[in-house]
Amino acid sequence: MHPAFSIIVFTTASGMGYGLATVLGLGLLDPAALSTKLAHVLALGLIGAGLVSSTLHLGNPQRAWRAFSQWKSSWLSREGVMAVVAFVPLCISAWSVIFEDACLDWAGLIGSGLSLLTVYCTAMIYASLRSVDAWHTRLTPACYLLFALAGGTLFASFFASAGESSAAHGLSATAIALLIAAWVVKIRWRRRLKNLTPLSNPESATGLGAIGRVRLLERPHMTENYLTREMGFRIARKHAEKLFRLALIFGGAVPIVLMVLCLLPGLSGGLTALLLFVAVLSHALGILLERWLFFAEARHAVMNYYGGREQDLRAV
Amino acid sequence: MTSLPALPTPKKLGLVIDLDVCVGCHACVVSCKEWNTGGYGSALSDQQPYGADVSGAWLNRIHTFEIMPESGEVVGEAGEARIVHFPKSCLHCEEAPCVTVCPTGASYKRLDDGIVLVDEEKCIGCGLCAWACPYGAREMDLAAGVMKKCTLCIDRIYNETLEEVDRVPACVRTCPSNARHFGDLADPDSDVSRMVAVRGGIDLMPEQGTRPVNKYLPPRPRKPLAAGTSSLPKAENTDDAKGFLAWLDGMLDRI
Ligand code: SF4
Ligand code: SF4
Ligand code: SF4
Repeated sequence: MHPAFSIIVFTTASGMGYGLATVLGLGLLDPAALSTKLAHVLALGLIGAGLVSSTLHLGNPQRAWRAFSQWKSSWLSREGVMAVVAFVPLCISAWSVIFEDACLDWAGLIGSGLSLLTVYCTAMIYASLRSVDAWHTRLTPACYLLFALAGGTLFASFFASAGESSAAHGLSATAIALLIAAWVVKIRWRRRLKNLTPLSNPESATGLGAIGRVRLLERPHMTENYLTREMGFRIARKHAEKLFRLALIFGGAVPIVLMVLCLLPGLSGGLTALLLFVAVLSHALGILLERWLFFAEARHAVMNYYGGREQDLRAV
Repeated sequence: MTSLPALPTPKKLGLVIDLDVCVGCHACVVSCKEWNTGGYGSALSDQQPYGADVSGAWLNRIHTFEIMPESGEVVGEAGEARIVHFPKSCLHCEEAPCVTVCPTGASYKRLDDGIVLVDEEKCIGCGLCAWACPYGAREMDLAAGVMKKCTLCIDRIYNETLEEVDRVPACVRTCPSNARHFGDLADPDSDVSRMVAVRGGIDLMPEQGTRPVNKYLPPRPRKPLAAGTSSLPKAENTDDAKGFLAWLDGMLDRI
């Protein structure tokens, strides 16, 4: 699948934003600290930026409001509805922290729950598509949720240490555990992808398998079309391996090592905050790579009509 | 609404495509584009139509496949390879995944005849339906920013201003080899249903669970070329002659 920049930025930014909002909603950070107020603003900003970015690839963004109507059947619609619904408690809770120096527990907790639900809806847009084998698994929402939680906790630990809150150490330790869990699930997701037998093949796609092995002789046209541009993206396996390793290093190893350093006694508050800030940036870069691969490595069933199997062989 | 009809639609209008007789001439492709660019919804735009990198939205495309019998690498080793021209347009699936994913209600399946359509006034051009369709039957119109797909020529089949013979899809009307047939696949006595029954019509990618309405008639088994030569009547053999020819044969033998 074609890795559209706007969608990758959207899932990365909104994932981290919702993750941060989820942790902030628990009310562990001191509402009087400036850093906590900034954290609330940043969470809302990331979520908002993600949502705006997601409308960039629409053909008719001016009608985007219509996307709230079909929540009964469509995960994309559910995501839109949940995003708007979640904004209400998130804004109330941010208001109370920023202007009243107080945590509103009920708003925070409802905001946390709705944030996670929104991330789940985003993941289900992909996981519900049977036409893309790589995505059609329960592991897809598991990865999205764990990455959002891990990134959010890491982010929160940075704001906690910047505000010299006692919660910083606990948050770092939790973020380490969540990051490990997220990458373990992600590695399982990818192993499944590599070992899977495609649900459909050129034989079933054409119904001609009874005669023999089916091979594309001629495409309908010589140049690319919407389908081959959108679904025909292929990445050579050797590059994919390298990128996945980079994602694992930036998104997992570097933040974990930095957080372990921060847990060591004797580090000054300023240095801890700086290390955690680098950890957050590195994590965001790793997740961008991970999301890019999420699309680039996924193969769509329609490619069975466009010489998909031969294309796979060539891309190795 | 993008929920699918709860009950089976009373009619299941669709196409039956005969892979045995399609000659891959692309006439249906062109007539489809021609009809639909001036018909239902916005025009089917092309990008760089006169440039090197031509592309555009089409609702019907022909692929050509080569089928090698298993274990055959050398021609004739395990039977003969075949070339099959393969027209593909929307299959108007009963369990259409393209409909249920649509967030706006633009994609829908008609309750009475099962035709799957896009309401272009509502479509935001998110492209999710094209991802959900395993067959590649939907293409975005990059000029209008809305999703395009086969309408089963809804503006022909119910169009009383056309002569009755023309109230079939453009592709069906055009096909010079009669490879495309239109009809109601819910009615077991319709021509299309009988064709499917007699020829063993098949679904494409049944494993995707979409339950397509359109059916494909597989190519008829072909006799190997070598088998054909022995059955050619020999000029010397007159055993099969009947009637006048038998009389002539006897007469000529006698004189
Ligand atoms: S062929 Fe594709 S676009 Fe047509 S109804 Fe089936 S899933 Fe939808
Ligand atoms: S592109 Fe249009 S028809 Fe397709 S899912 Fe999006 S809004 Fe619906
Ligand atoms: S039925 Fe009409 S819209 Fe559909 S492929 Fe044929 S000509 Fe095109």
